[in-house]
Amino acid sequence: MTIDKGSSQPPAGARIEFRLDPGSGVPTYLQLVQQVEHALRLGYLRPGDQLPKVRDVVASLAINPNTVLKAYKELETKGLAAGRPGQGTFVTATLSQVALPELAGLRRSLLGWLASADATGLDEDGIVALFTSTLRDFYSRRGDTSDRRDAGTGTGEGVA
Amino acid sequence: MNVIETSGLGKRYGGTWALRECTVAVPAGHVAALVGPNGAGKTTLLNLAAGLAAPSAGGVTVLGGRPAGSPAALDGIGFVAQDTPMYKNLSARDMLHLTRNLNRRFDQAYAEARLGELGIPLKRRAGKLSGGQQAQLALTLALARRPRLLVLDEPMAMLDPIARHDFMALVMTAMAADGVSVVLSSHVLAELERVADYLILMSRGRVQLAGEVDDLLASHRMLTGPAAEADRYAERLMVVHARRGEAQAHLLVRAAADDPVPPGWEAHPVGLEELALAYLREPSTTALPGPARGRARSPKLASGRR
Repeated sequence: MTIDKGSSQPPAGARIEFRLDPGSGVPTYLQLVQQVEHALRLGYLRPGDQLPKVRDVVASLAINPNTVLKAYKELETKGLAAGRPGQGTFVTATLSQVALPELAGLRRSLLGWLASADATGLDEDGIVALFTSTLRDFYSRRGDTSDRRDAGTGTGEGVA
Repeated sequence: MNVIETSGLGKRYGGTWALRECTVAVPAGHVAALVGPNGAGKTTLLNLAAGLAAPSAGGVTVLGGRPAGSPAALDGIGFVAQDTPMYKNLSARDMLHLTRNLNRRFDQAYAEARLGELGIPLKRRAGKLSGGQQAQLALTLALARRPRLLVLDEPMAMLDPIARHDFMALVMTAMAADGVSVVLSSHVLAELERVADYLILMSRGRVQLAGEVDDLLASHRMLTGPAAEADRYAERLMVVHARRGEAQAHLLVRAAADDPVPPGWEAHPVGLEELALAYLREPSTTALPGPARGRARSPKLASGRR
């Protein structure tokens, strides 16, 4: 259809693009907040980056501008973003604990582990179950030391 | 400012009241959804607000006290009627020309730019455009009058999902860019759940529930518990609608999130559609904003109280 022209083009320069899951039951504004947090965690967004303009979000998702404003206000309250009058809303903090190159390295070694798990005949459910239970063990075993870590550095940098 | 304010508004066609004792105030800056079954009086209310019909009782003003139908009111309202009627034999260009000459204010550059973006050929006859394009053309004509309030009567009833999305995107963009307030009607609440932040629920010619969506959701809860105790609690709580099996009952009640839950009962938040359905199934229950018209934070329950 030609009537869509222009309206859903990703705006030039936008670092991320929002999507909505109507079946999730999560309020729309919260979905936007969570997607920004997710992008911050994975390094897609960094301090200084501009969040998508309200007008562009509204045009591509066909949602109420008040919803986008509410999401951005929530991000401001959380100290993750700040509005600049007449310009838009910008990221002011990060949630990512490690930089993109390190994340890529960790992803590579995890892929190697997944390949060997697959080679032994574990299926996807089995891999998820094994990973989840090992993760739980890992954190519960060092549960007594994590308090000290938090008290010491105040960040999660000791994790890697 | 209230974009629509009515007091004791009524409209009678012959011996039938299409709208009765309607007192409601729709604040500016919202997308207000007028929801109700067919014949609830939605179109009548919108026509009265747009000045297309005269009230049989009461009064209605728009955009901060301008009498509906007055030149000042008409200048500020863009109205798209049900099924977006067009002169089928006129080209899009002729429709622009006609609308420009029939109105005191018309932004030709805006209209041409929008139609260009939408890919609607100016030479094509309105009747030869797709349903989605006709709706977009009607909406563009309404927006080119640069209204402060956009009134849409069942705007998406005839549109396919993509056309609906694109139509709503254009409405929302106008709201974001120019601060236009929007009032729209529909009998399909699901399609409004993403956009509406103010709800006016109508049934049988009366307004049943009105308020900001966030406030309405925050002031209602679904309680689930043993059916044997349902009647006992129904006397103490403000129950909007009850569904009960032999063992288990669900009570949709008016209660804040921090209100105590009876022992043995579970409380769940409600969604907009669940809330609207509960009220529409109990047409005698109403909850309207209190004395602070349109700004009520916790609407009062007018009837259906213990």
